[in-house]
Amino acid sequence: MLPTLRRVLAGILLTAALAPAGAAETTDGPSGRMQVVRVLTMRDYNTRVVVVGVSLLGLAAGLIGCFMLLRERALLGDALSHATLPGIALAFILMTALGGSGKSLAGLLIGGTVSGVIGVAAILLVVHLTRIKEDAALGIVLSVFFGLGVVILGVIQSLELGQAAGLKSFIYGKTASMVFSDALTTGVAAGLVILVCLLLYKELTLLCFDPGFAQAQGWPVVLLDVVLMALVVVVTVIGLQAVGLVLMVALLVIPPAAARFWTNHLPTMLLAAAVVGAGSGLVGALLSAVVPRLPAGAVIVVAAGGFFAISLVFGRARGLLHRLRQQRRLARTVAHQHLLRAMYELSEPPTAASAPATSLRFEQLLGQRTWSARQLRRTLRAAVKQGLIATADGDTGYVLTPAGRQAAWRVARNHRLWELYLITHADIAPSHVDRDADEVEHVLDPVLLERLEALLSRQYPDLATPPSPHRLERIAALAGAAGGTGG
Amino acid sequence: MAEPKPGARSGVLERLATLPHPIATGAEHPAEVPLAIHDLTVAYHRKPVLWDVDFDAPEGQLIGIIGPNGAGKSTLLKAVLGLIPAASGRVTIYGRPYRQQRHLVAYVPQRESVDWDFPVSALDVVTMGRYGKIGWVRPVTRQHKQAALAALERVGLADLAKRQISQLSGGQQQRVFLARALAQEASLYLMDEPFAAVDAATEATIIELLHELRSGGKTVLVVHHDLQTARDTFDYLLLLNLRVVAHGPTAEVFTPENLRKTYGGRLTLLDEATHALAGRGVREA
Repeated sequence: MLPTLRRVLAGILLTAALAPAGAAETTDGPSGRMQVVRVLTMRDYNTRVVVVGVSLLGLAAGLIGCFMLLRERALLGDALSHATLPGIALAFILMTALGGSGKSLAGLLIGGTVSGVIGVAAILLVVHLTRIKEDAALGIVLSVFFGLGVVILGVIQSLELGQAAGLKSFIYGKTASMVFSDALTTGVAAGLVILVCLLLYKELTLLCFDPGFAQAQGWPVVLLDVVLMALVVVVTVIGLQAVGLVLMVALLVIPPAAARFWTNHLPTMLLAAAVVGAGSGLVGALLSAVVPRLPAGAVIVVAAGGFFAISLVFGRARGLLHRLRQQRRLARTVAHQHLLRAMYELSEPPTAASAPATSLRFEQLLGQRTWSARQLRRTLRAAVKQGLIATADGDTGYVLTPAGRQAAWRVARNHRLWELYLITHADIAPSHVDRDADEVEHVLDPVLLERLEALLSRQYPDLATPPSPHRLERIAALAGAAGGTGG
Repeated sequence: MAEPKPGARSGVLERLATLPHPIATGAEHPAEVPLAIHDLTVAYHRKPVLWDVDFDAPEGQLIGIIGPNGAGKSTLLKAVLGLIPAASGRVTIYGRPYRQQRHLVAYVPQRESVDWDFPVSALDVVTMGRYGKIGWVRPVTRQHKQAALAALERVGLADLAKRQISQLSGGQQQRVFLARALAQEASLYLMDEPFAAVDAATEATIIELLHELRSGGKTVLVVHHDLQTARDTFDYLLLLNLRVVAHGPTAEVFTPENLRKTYGGRLTLLDEATHALAGRGVREA
């Protein structure tokens, strides 16, 4: 997992850093293919700035988004970004009124920050002071603030207050307008996020996992929440220009959610989320540079969605394929052990290892459990391949090999130990323990087994090869039938 | 200690630091009382959930807090820890307010209070018990990892230290929480329903652990819901139902009279409600 991640991360950084700065312009005509090559190799200074800036934004958002996701406040980022709009619009009005052009980016972003923070504070206040739950409070604040922003934008337009057209770009983002200083600001923000995540890793983890315990231990939970929220504000405000306030939440939520499919280890999850975030920015920015008129913000989010879908299916810790594989592996193990135990029980009583192995016919085994002929045949094939079972009597019979006997003995013993335990310690009738033990015997780990042995050894002296505590009825009937027809 | 001589200073401070408990200042609550609760009232949305609780926890005992659902048992622990503001009253730990004595108190919250899907291992969670000792920004050193591992060992989970917590059984998760409290190396332990929905093996481990803590001179308060085991497990009981019904050595307070007072009111109410519903024909409908 980690080496792969490192390679991906290194790739991204290398592509950004090693792109030949101001390399010779070899192309003169904007022929389609040359244009694509130019973009993908990032010979364009502008492309390079945008790609690096957006990747850094994705990295920072992915990183801080992990803690927001684990704090179960992922949507707070959405409310925050929507709540910036009225602030941006008001800042524009204020700056125009003061005689400026109203286009100062810093001024607009400060306005956005202020109203964003007010929005989040409004949510927390509503939750704290009333009985309205957080999801409803979020919905209210998000829509009202956004609506207010749109209203003020309308007022600005009707008043014809100078060049207000650019303000709309904050809603859906205008990635291509990113210049070097923007990329630099994003880099500084990303550095800040990384630094805080490193320094406060322990504190933020505790805050997200168990805030009550953190508070009891004396950690200032509110302050830590404020720090976390402040970082989200910084990342969001910086991302407004590139991705837009509608889609900004995607960069905060999707990379961490995707990363979670790959690992159960928090540091790895942080790294993976940073990589997915940066990767989404990279892919989105490049794609929108290649294809004219593609809105970069949306492409970035769609790229993140693609990463998410891939992680959902292929994620190595909890992806769908992984889970499916695990289920099938368990099903195979269970069938395998059932087969071994069936053969062991059919071969009893000759328990001595030297006794001649009993050859069993396919039909005999088939009648032993409720399994299909196909399933049994597959299980038998696998066991033969493993050398636990050999064919006998000209391929019509099956017999346990010495190794198979050993394995079968262990399986049967686990089953019986568990049965004994259920009878003696759980007061379950001997006639019912077979079914219950059937499920548990496959998951008995060595530790549990040891304790079982310790528990039962006092009562049962023959624990090495315990007899079945109940009558093996089906077996007796079949053995009789086999004896009658076999001969 | 007001103005020590420069030369003598380090010696005095060192000796003070090695004292088992800080010296008490109030005459009302002598230093040896691990937990003293005086007139504590807690309210949620103006509705009192704890009313005028007065209780001194005797040192070195296993103390069970029992009462019906909604009696305020968990609330009492949370109020002691300052997680819920008290409307009035005073709580002291070894004679001083909790904020000064945090290092002496370990807390085991209810298992359901956290998300067990969180991407950390059993050892990571137990290490959190050391964070208070580690302090801001500083990383977890090997010494603290060792202490956490030793705590896991005591609850019989050393083998599962690296396992992600969602892959543990409910009983094992409960034991991880206990190990985290052990890692805090406290004198007073507050446990919220540690026996809730655990397997027999975990129950045995917890009881063994409680006895170990008691013989180590620790004071343990356990919120408990099962009357049957309460009698055998605890030396001392606090019967709670919004207010303190009774407290004292188990043999003295575990009486039918006290239990009826603790649980009875609620049952009577329930009966009345059922009657009222039946009278309106709700049952038949």
